Amino acid sequence: MRRVILATCLAATMLAAATALAVDLRGLRGPTPIGETKESAQIAREINDDARRSRNYPEQPPVIPHSIRGYEVSLNANRCLSCHGRRMTEMSQAPMISVTHFMDRDDQILATVSARRYFCTQCHVPQHEAKPLVPNGFTDIDTLIERQRKTLGTAGTGARQ
Amino acid sequence: MIRRLWRFLQPYWLTLIRPSTSLSLGLLVVCGFIAGIIFWGGFNTALELTNTERFCVSCHEMRDNVFAELKDTIHYTNRSGVRATCPDCHVPHNWTDKIARKMQASKEVWGKIFGTINTREKFVAMRLELAQHEWVRLKANNSLECRNCHSADSMDLTKQSERAAIMHSRHLFPGEKTCIDCHKGIAHRLPNMAGVPGWN
Repeated sequence: MRRVILATCLAATMLAAATALAVDLRGLRGPTPIGETKESAQIAREINDDARRSRNYPEQPPVIPHSIRGYEVSLNANRCLSCHGRRMTEMSQAPMISVTHFMDRDDQILATVSARRYFCTQCHVPQHEAKPLVPNGFTDIDTLIERQRKTLGTAGTGARQ
Repeated sequence: MIRRLWRFLQPYWLTLIRPSTSLSLGLLVVCGFIAGIIFWGGFNTALELTNTERFCVSCHEMRDNVFAELKDTIHYTNRSGVRATCPDCHVPHNWTDKIARKMQASKEVWGKIFGTINTREKFVAMRLELAQHEWVRLKANNSLECRNCHSADSMDLTKQSERAAIMHSRHLFPGEKTCIDCHKGIAHRLPNMAGVPGWN
């Protein structure tokens, strides 16, 4: 009898695990059968409000709060730099690219944008009003420190910032 | 040789300059009028035929280079479905200016015949010069071809992004700058912009 109960429990657990696994493994297609074409989701709107977003960690490349449709960034031309370039910011009032962008790999400051930093959209990307496809559990350092401070009491973890 | 030609043409010429003996002046005037309409209509129809996207992309130089690049841009496909075709931007709409531009275009026919840009490499090598022609033309006519559709008077700044509204009120409305000064390469890829003002 005991064995039967154990076996049943085990089977139930495995079934539950399998179901959970199956749910996790479901792709973006959802339950749509192979032969059918899923109706595509609406393309999310591009954010174009020019409001700066805070960064999740200091090294994060700031995101682009405006549309960049048709902005050419190629060997021939860099549209981003015609506002964010050093000489252009007075006219455009846009933030200047950071000084790290002038450094070569040996930290030597060059006269102009370093070749390795030239292609802006490698790191900086425009944003869309879209729901993330995958949940993101990222917690920034301030929240972590705060949390620890609370658990340890106010004397906690020392200087912040 | 010339004398022989003259002997051949002489009877025709004499007929042409002799006053008509049997046809009335009214008939001649009416016929001349009708012929004039046919000629003028034909001329303009032919002219307009060369003023279409289809005509422009019938040359592979245009189809494979600039037209292919246009297809990605907002002037080719957009939410309201209004397309700017090649002549909308590259040929003046005003008749006299249009004829002047069409006469200039005979140089382009020459280029077509002698294959000035008949390969991608030749086109890319010449791209800066070709682009500069258009920049100079649009600068000189105060971006007339842009303004045929985008009039500053009809611009609703509240519908623009804040950045665009500031730029337009600061530089466009006082007439300090014209469209092409900032909006280069909006319909085609750019040439090497090193040394072009406003580009790093």
